[in-house]
Amino acid sequence: MALYLSNFMWSWLAYTIAALVHVVLILSLVAGGALLFIWLERKISGRIQDRLGPTRVGGKFGWLQTLADGLKLLTKEDLMPEGADRMLFRLAPYISFAASLAAYIAIPFAGGAYLLGAAPWVAQHVNVGVFFVLAVLGLEVFGTILAGYSSASKWSLFGAMREAAQVVSYEVPLGMCVVVPVLIAGSMDLSLIGDRQAGLFTNWLIFHDPFTFIAFWVYLTCATASVNRAPFDLAEAESELVAGFHTEYSGLRWSFFFMAEYGSMLSVSLLAVILFLGAWHGPLPIATWLGLTAEHGAIAMNLGKLLGLINLLLKAVVGVSVMIWVRWTLPRLRIDQVITTCLKYCTPIAAGMLLGATLWQYQFPSRSFFGLTEVPQAVYHLREGPQQAVQNSGSSPESREGTDVPEDEIATVNHPARRGGQVSASDTIPQESIARLR
Amino acid sequence: MGEAIYWPSFFFLLFAAVACAFAVAVLLATNIVRMAFYLVVSLSATAGLFFLAGAEFVGAMQLMIYVGGTMVLLIFGVMLTSQERFVEMKTWSGDWVFAFLIGAMLLMILIPAAFSVPQWSGLDRAEVASVSEVNMATPLGMGLLGVRVDQLDRPHQPDVAAQPDGAESQKEPARQVPIQPGYLLLFEIVSVHLLVVLVGAAYLARARRAN
Repeated sequence: MALYLSNFMWSWLAYTIAALVHVVLILSLVAGGALLFIWLERKISGRIQDRLGPTRVGGKFGWLQTLADGLKLLTKEDLMPEGADRMLFRLAPYISFAASLAAYIAIPFAGGAYLLGAAPWVAQHVNVGVFFVLAVLGLEVFGTILAGYSSASKWSLFGAMREAAQVVSYEVPLGMCVVVPVLIAGSMDLSLIGDRQAGLFTNWLIFHDPFTFIAFWVYLTCATASVNRAPFDLAEAESELVAGFHTEYSGLRWSFFFMAEYGSMLSVSLLAVILFLGAWHGPLPIATWLGLTAEHGAIAMNLGKLLGLINLLLKAVVGVSVMIWVRWTLPRLRIDQVITTCLKYCTPIAAGMLLGATLWQYQFPSRSFFGLTEVPQAVYHLREGPQQAVQNSGSSPESREGTDVPEDEIATVNHPARRGGQVSASDTIPQESIARLR
Repeated sequence: MGEAIYWPSFFFLLFAAVACAFAVAVLLATNIVRMAFYLVVSLSATAGLFFLAGAEFVGAMQLMIYVGGTMVLLIFGVMLTSQERFVEMKTWSGDWVFAFLIGAMLLMILIPAAFSVPQWSGLDRAEVASVSEVNMATPLGMGLLGVRVDQLDRPHQPDVAAQPDGAESQKEPARQVPIQPGYLLLFEIVSVHLLVVLVGAAYLARARRAN
């Protein structure tokens, strides 16, 4: 977009406008998401506890309750404890929120450069998207730990220390579960992983083999731990630590912690959907049946992408709802139980699933749906390549060439050693060097 | 359109300035948690430099390992172990002199070294503009296996571009690549060593049960 705009104005202005559009879109998604999810949390928790939840504000269903809460928070006094480390105390909520927001930079929301042949809807196409998102999401705990330390309160400090202990335990299995889809798609590029699952729901990576199916549930467990939700909300633990790391916060600063929490709930759900649940592809390829693909012009293609966007967000909202459901159903674990769960159970299971998925992929490279069906040819031949150069050029006609790039052009420069996602080393690497490795 | 400011340089200098300023702040701070925080900012700015250079994998690695992992561990360790005398750290003036001398000597070696290697002097702007933007981690992975994807057009096989006819020729160029030993085995050995060290440390530091 920036390149397109710079035909009309100074390039610095063009880049600023392009960046602002992305930032505003992401910010409104996170803020709007928080608005929706807080309301949803109240309604669901109410129903689970046999109450009604909010009913009055905004007429029906109390749908404006969150907004009313936000206004109330704005008018609250901004308190700071006397012994607090003032600078860190002020900064901590913003660090949490900024980290939670930054993860969205690399998350694609629709379409891929690889299947539709046009730029994916992503703020910045990062080639190692999965890795980037994980790395940035890991930074969110800094806000928590700094808040706990700088509050000069024992409850906060206990919360922060629990958080630190928890981080060390869930990061390992989380990373291992994420590697499984990366292994099958043969790329860390989120939009390629998403497009690898085009077609019927049988192509979704969760159904790829028994190992990915289990890896998904392990991922869900660790992701719940990573966003500090019950049964893993040890850092807050209202019943023991007052409010844990944010005991001393009030008003707007406090609400930033909550925006961060709901923002990262949405982003781990988005990541789960992209990695395991078909990304922007619905259970049935309706967009393809309706002809909303690149061959029918830019408008059809963008309509198809819009459908994909709706698909992705719907699935992510379902994921967040599952997290809410779990929170109000299960009791909180003790900190030693959390560490046991993550390190003693999740890590070996995840490692086993990684090994199993590797062997399965080695044995049945072109099968999906537990080995019952064949991966479609169009998907099978997806790979990273020069199509990436068309990123961010929007719906301009030349960006639709992606799928038509001849084989030889892709093959010569990069030739990734991948056939339909399988990293088959024997294809491009001299046999001698493999023998030497053994 | 013509531009007064060369923006990549601007952002490079911005990130570099942030990294340096907060590195100095680490030295000047006395509170150990603040030091850790300044170190985080400095390392994040370094990650920003990597992203700016298009090395996304290295940038994400920097965030994951240095900013994320190490710093969480550091804060974790600091919070669990810190006694009163470590929370507020005062540096003796003798230490300052020593550290300054050693730092200055290192800088005196590093700066001439950095400027004396011709390959490190960088490209000029026209060359930078002509570099096609393919940021892929695949060459890194292939490099670990001993296949230098970036050297495919070296004289050993001049006919890579000459025979672009589909599937069967895809495999051929790679077989002609000069075989180099991969780094994968060494890499694995090093990481297993690190794991052993970690397990050993956990074993030594475990709480001993009273008999």
